[in-house]
Amino acid sequence: MKPFVLNVAFAAIAMSCVCSAPSSAAWEPVRPVEFIVPAGTGGGADQMARTIQGIVTKHNLMKQPLVVINKAGGAGGEGFLDVKTASNNPHKIIITLSNLFTTPLATGIPFNWKDLTPVAMLALDEFVLWVNAEKPYNTVKDYVEAAKAAPAGSFKMGGTGSKQEDQIITVGIEKAIDARFTYIPYKGGGEVAVQLVGNHVDSTVNNPIEAIAQWRGGKLRPLCVFDAQPMAYDEPIADGKAWKDIPTCKSQGLAMEYLMLRGVFMSPKATKDQIEYYVELFKKVRATPEWQEFMKSGAFNTTFLTGADYAKWIEAEEKRHEGLMKDAGFLAPGN
Amino acid sequence: MEELANLFHGFAVALQPYNIMLMIIGITLGVIIGVLPGLGGANGVAILLPLTFSMPPTSAIIMLSCIYWGALFGGAITSILFNIPGEPWSVATTFDGYPMAQQGKPGEALTAAFTSSFVGALFAVIMITLVAPLVAGFALRFGPAEKFAVYFLAFCSFVGLSKEPPFKTIAAMMMGFALAAVGLDSITGQLRLTFGVTELLNGFDFLIAVIGLFGIGEILLTMEEGLAFRGGNATINLRVVLHTWRELPSYWMTSLRSCLIGCWMGVTPAGATPASFMSYGIAKRLARRGNNFGKGEIEGVIAPETAAHAAGTSALLPMLSLGVPGSPTAAVLLGGLLIWGLQPGPMLFVEQKEFVWGLIASMYLGNLAGLLVVLTCVPIFAAILRVPFGIIAPLILVLCAIGAYSVHNSTFDVMLMLVFGVLGYLLKKCNYPLAPLVLAIVLGDKAEEAFRQSLLGSQGSLGVFFSNGLVSTIMVLGLVALFWSAIQEGFSRLRTAAA
Repeated sequence: MKPFVLNVAFAAIAMSCVCSAPSSAAWEPVRPVEFIVPAGTGGGADQMARTIQGIVTKHNLMKQPLVVINKAGGAGGEGFLDVKTASNNPHKIIITLSNLFTTPLATGIPFNWKDLTPVAMLALDEFVLWVNAEKPYNTVKDYVEAAKAAPAGSFKMGGTGSKQEDQIITVGIEKAIDARFTYIPYKGGGEVAVQLVGNHVDSTVNNPIEAIAQWRGGKLRPLCVFDAQPMAYDEPIADGKAWKDIPTCKSQGLAMEYLMLRGVFMSPKATKDQIEYYVELFKKVRATPEWQEFMKSGAFNTTFLTGADYAKWIEAEEKRHEGLMKDAGFLAPGN
Repeated sequence: MEELANLFHGFAVALQPYNIMLMIIGITLGVIIGVLPGLGGANGVAILLPLTFSMPPTSAIIMLSCIYWGALFGGAITSILFNIPGEPWSVATTFDGYPMAQQGKPGEALTAAFTSSFVGALFAVIMITLVAPLVAGFALRFGPAEKFAVYFLAFCSFVGLSKEPPFKTIAAMMMGFALAAVGLDSITGQLRLTFGVTELLNGFDFLIAVIGLFGIGEILLTMEEGLAFRGGNATINLRVVLHTWRELPSYWMTSLRSCLIGCWMGVTPAGATPASFMSYGIAKRLARRGNNFGKGEIEGVIAPETAAHAAGTSALLPMLSLGVPGSPTAAVLLGGLLIWGLQPGPMLFVEQKEFVWGLIASMYLGNLAGLLVVLTCVPIFAAILRVPFGIIAPLILVLCAIGAYSVHNSTFDVMLMLVFGVLGYLLKKCNYPLAPLVLAIVLGDKAEEAFRQSLLGSQGSLGVFFSNGLVSTIMVLGLVALFWSAIQEGFSRLRTAAA
């Protein structure tokens, strides 16, 4: 008898909740939202997620808490599979980087971005070619000549992770200038920059935020940016030079372009209302001074896309990654 | 002398009532986080990081770094009382701390652990105050080859000094290496040994292995031995603190050695865990009563705790001056710095004097506050052992399960912990040492990564490990430690032959 009474009680409570909710109102989270980071603590994606969490808390943008959870296993595969299996759970969102494409392609885990629901592109992360400031290469031309003159494989490129964005760019450079590098993978971008300062590698393709401190300290020198146009930030950083003054690699004769997605997805089978809620939330986040300060500190490309435009962009980017990874021989057997 | 003036200015910042309050809150939270196995300092700081965004950066880092100190202190508590390391770096503390507790001396062990932690931290802070710029430059000389040499030394100084039968040590260590190899191979980006099981993508987390091997394994053993904790007759008295303090100065040599090892490992940055293992191994060989290590020797608590805390503290130096975190917690703090709009790196000491010296001053004060908080609680902690096993064992089990779950928020890890518990029980029954297994799980993949990075750079030549003075010295030290017993025997034979 007791369980029945309880059931009736719960049903009554549930009913009253349903009835009291205004039926026309848009969807809103009713319990804490998990913000999955498919990368380790302290990395670029983690920093962005935690900044967003801080902004949401400070400006009271959500009624429910936003909880950042790192699921970094298997180059982020752990995080993607976690959201993929959370069908119909609108309280789970994920921030992605290029491993959205590279991890399934390189490891063969059963995942594709179409398993998730795209929400919004928050920004694009730039890549810059860095060398140690003590080295005599002042321009891309000097650098390319030195790389070509060195015996094949003796020129060392440091980067984050294996078969991910840094190595893809490295392979792109090799192709563009017809030279062979040895790519050495490290765990984090900050470590890569310091290995370059210590002259343990010859060049890196660090994101601006990972190397800015060493540039300001006069230890590293940026040669070019892997974007179609120079970065937008004109505040001087070191020696009177700003991010804006770094030429594009293409203009310097190094034909390689690469930008990394910093975007948000949510669990599969999300409704239109639910997607709309998160899009509005990120629009509010983008309007805060803290976010703009963060964009400036990392010299981000602030492109913002949602809906069909976003999906189209991802689709094109997926094709491109497939091509790049195939050319480089990074595809897992069976892919 | 400019440093001293800066430091006093820093004290003025840290001593503001608001900051002192944050310091005490941070320490208390940190101790709790440290006590809960699994919920490490890095997780604790990461969870609380967003709360600090509305604070001034100096206050925020004071609070977060105090959580870090608290966690460093707290990690020792469960290691000593229940043989469950709350933090990776307190594994070595269990080797002698737990036997001490079982012999009815938990108070002594805890006091020794806390005091040593404080001494180690103080030593490291003084080093940071005086020689920061110099030491920071040293870290830059560490490429992959040098890092591998350091790990090599950590393995050698531990293995070469082991008293267990060499084959059992090697068998246990190889098992650890095999477990460490599961998951993503960071050099090729391929999955290894996962057999298509998605739960294994992450590999075997060290913390889960340790909670199972030590915590659950210990409970199984105790059950077999008649459901009794042997620490029940622990003295509960604050006087035990003073009593232990009187004893501690005679171990100054061990302390000093451990401080140096800790600072070196923290700066390079290899981290607190190898530092504690290496320091324990070396103390075991060099201490007068080294043969008793593992049976409840107080020096066996002092050595790893001093080194771990010295390393944990000095790990902040490369973070601030180079932007390279020396520990997982430092990595989270680094993220915090960026969010507060501070750029770690060579210019931080020049441009953000108030912040840097406020932080350094808070290291002095935070550790002092931490010591006071934990020491006054020693009798309370020790009294836990008086609780009957039938009540405490389920509580420990729950604590272990929560700990294992909170590492990755996954129930699979709780199962895994139980499996490791049975494995730990079997290994102990067959007299296989657990320490080499744990050491291999913690450092195995890092050592492998550094080894393969070095070989990539040298295009396959092993000469890279002897390519400059620094790396050769560390490698030779490692080889000496590995063959120390043989070398010693050779010397004594030479001596008898001469006589």
